[in-house]
Amino acid sequence: MSDALSRRGFLLRASALGCSAAASPFMTPMTFAQARGDNRLVVIILRGAMDGLDAVRPIGDRLLRQYRPGLGMSLDSSTIDLDGYFALHPALTDLMPLWKQGELAAAHAVSTPYRDKRSHFDGQDLLEAGTGTDVDGPQVRDGWLNRMLQVLPGAGSETAFAIGRSEMKLVSGRAPVSSWSPDGRLDMSPQARLLLEEVYHDDPLFQVASMDAIAIAENLGLASDNSFGMSGRDMRAAVKTANAAGDASVLAGFAARRLNEEARIAAFSLGGWDTHRAQTRGISRALGSLQDAILTLKRELGPRWGKTAVVAVTEFGRTARENGTRGTDHGTGGAMILAGGAIRGGRVFGDWPGLEEVALYARRDLMPTSDVRSYIAWLMRGLYGLEKSTLGTVVFPGLQLGRDPGLLA
Amino acid sequence: MGFTPDIAAIRFGEGLAPGIDPATSVDAVLGQLRGPDLAAQQFPIPKLAELQGEFAEISRLQRAARRGRNGPDVEELTKSYKQARRGLNLRLQGALMPVLSRSITTAQPFRERLTRFWADHFTAVGRNNLTRNAGPSYIEQSIRPHIAGRFTDMLKAVMTSPMMLDYLDQSTSIGPNSRAAKGRRGLNENLARELLELHTLGVGGAYTQTDVRQLAELLTGMSTEISSGFVFRPKFVEPGAETVLGQSYGGGPPAIEDVMAFLDDLAQHPDTVRHIARKLAVHFTSDAPDEGMIANMADAYSSTGGDLMAVYDAMLRHPFAWASFGQKVKQPVDFVVSAMRVLEIPPASLHKLNRSKRLAYVTGPMAAMGQQWHRPGGPDGWPEGAEAWVTPPGLAARIQWAMAAPSAFFRSLPDPRDFVSSALGSVADEKVKFAARAAETRREGVGLILASPAFQRR
Repeated sequence: MSDALSRRGFLLRASALGCSAAASPFMTPMTFAQARGDNRLVVIILRGAMDGLDAVRPIGDRLLRQYRPGLGMSLDSSTIDLDGYFALHPALTDLMPLWKQGELAAAHAVSTPYRDKRSHFDGQDLLEAGTGTDVDGPQVRDGWLNRMLQVLPGAGSETAFAIGRSEMKLVSGRAPVSSWSPDGRLDMSPQARLLLEEVYHDDPLFQVASMDAIAIAENLGLASDNSFGMSGRDMRAAVKTANAAGDASVLAGFAARRLNEEARIAAFSLGGWDTHRAQTRGISRALGSLQDAILTLKRELGPRWGKTAVVAVTEFGRTARENGTRGTDHGTGGAMILAGGAIRGGRVFGDWPGLEEVALYARRDLMPTSDVRSYIAWLMRGLYGLEKSTLGTVVFPGLQLGRDPGLLA
Repeated sequence: MGFTPDIAAIRFGEGLAPGIDPATSVDAVLGQLRGPDLAAQQFPIPKLAELQGEFAEISRLQRAARRGRNGPDVEELTKSYKQARRGLNLRLQGALMPVLSRSITTAQPFRERLTRFWADHFTAVGRNNLTRNAGPSYIEQSIRPHIAGRFTDMLKAVMTSPMMLDYLDQSTSIGPNSRAAKGRRGLNENLARELLELHTLGVGGAYTQTDVRQLAELLTGMSTEISSGFVFRPKFVEPGAETVLGQSYGGGPPAIEDVMAFLDDLAQHPDTVRHIARKLAVHFTSDAPDEGMIANMADAYSSTGGDLMAVYDAMLRHPFAWASFGQKVKQPVDFVVSAMRVLEIPPASLHKLNRSKRLAYVTGPMAAMGQQWHRPGGPDGWPEGAEAWVTPPGLAARIQWAMAAPSAFFRSLPDPRDFVSSALGSVADEKVKFAARAAETRREGVGLILASPAFQRR
């Protein structure tokens, strides 16, 4: 080590490399591939189990009001009728123009294959793994969005962006994915950067993450040669940016800017859906965030919105009946929300099982009648031309796609 | 690799510090948990129960303001309520300082690590205006006194804490056939489920939805009141016995003893024993821990009825505890406190930080690293896996802090060539030593050392 790593030798080697792209796994030749087409896919994970029966309400079934007397399901002037049977939650009012233009849809009575234990954390793991429940640990380590990138012709490291501060298992796997938070920055001298590369050189986890971080920060103009000394205006600005970094509109705005450039796929998470108590307040806030995200994407994507599909999915639904504290407990079947100019909207997809007690799952939850993965697979087929056989083996192993629901316009 | 003082300080403590001697044996590490809790004495944090009177007073002021909202004193009343609430919240937010100061200066760092581990295991976040920032006070009361005691006792302390009962909605859960239900109110199964899934048996444990439901009925009556904290409300209790995990509880007049009897059994359940042993092993040694070590820890738990000292003893005496050094990555709070500890940031200068500087130097950067202070995403707490933390944005935030924050506390930083040995001792590798020599400024040299895998890992 001492020979190879004298200061002089190091600097020579460093200058020979310069900031060479060859050193970075991020800058593989694939980065420059241009075969991705124009279609955009945005995946939003709704963490905490969105109550599908509240977001997209089957008000045509009188049992809904019987089951949920305290959850504001009454029919009045605030009811936003969708199709004579389903109604939209009032917190999604501003999405009605999209519904009318055919840019908003839902699929109801959907779920992953996850059943019975109703754990958020296992439920989310399975949702992001995209497998059945018959697959063991190691295979579940990569996520379905990553496996799609593995088979997407021309996909490079900037094709997909995972946005936010927390890990997204959805995108983990061997295909390169960019992950970044809207408030992220990297500021240090060129010398410090070279030394950092050396320090991380023998630790693959740190090496890959740092190389990606440097490449992304540079690419997005979020890197500089001068680290700010954390004083005065910079400090206040950093705090302000950091405070807003998790806002739905900030995440969606960042996603849109990436999608307006190289990226074709973006994913982020929204929380606040675990409404065990005082649901009317909690879900209004969470749905408001989702609405913000969708409207921000539409606004910021401009003409590209026409080629965009947004899909919002959650780990499971909630109980058909309200619980004892004006909320709902963990359930099974739920709803997914679809938006975008690429969507054949203005309709609620799915086979509606009804709300009679015998039709409920375990006599408590909305019965899932279709697999959330099959809708996503059909989206991928329509947007990117992936083969059904690939989708049912590689991306979602063991999935029967069933008939084409016709999600795309 | 066996025990070394440096590894003990880094893995089972808060890291090295120039002025603090590391423990020189496993006995010495365990010894940190015996005797008086020196750090808690030096940097006090109020227990939740000590705040209850103030909570009551503030809610009295709030009610008075509401009642008088059309009267002549409306401004005065509103002002005194808001002032009192603001004063409380500022003080509670200020608890960040004693929490950090303990970790930075303590000679019993294993206590701090275990306190964080168990606080995370029993994650609870305040859900109302008054308890929003009371996380440290919950931990001070319900977690910290029990870290070297019996698991059962900690479990009972947590399950009777107003913080947990509110966080997981137990306080308003009412037996559907109880006197209080009146045909309108009823059960909430949130705490029942997480108690089995997260706190005891684990998600792979032998329980069903029926157990969750029966347990939710058994837990009715466990409630809270603003002035007194925990309260058992017989009127809320679902009549009749409940069968949970094959055992029947209750059936007589409503009694908290039925719940306590269940918690006693639950704490000794073989699934709980395995879950707790594994979780400790994962947190302290490796994301893929040695099964033999877990078995030893589980045996120690079972044979002592859940004496946590015996479980830690079994972990620390297993070779894997030392052989797996470096497999864990510090969580953001661990990284930040260990950096502050080796930099010897004086508690006094921490206490001088105002709210916006705390946000800029400490809590804001930790959030950017993926760990918002006392705000985990859910009751499962923070993730353990290295991959969850070493992401491009997460690592960038660590590097950014390492480069910028230390100089915010000092006019002149230590010479990186000295700092590399105070920070890493015998675990410093050649590359980080080289970086320490080759950096252009002290600030970047110190930053590189703190950002290095050698410092980030444990």
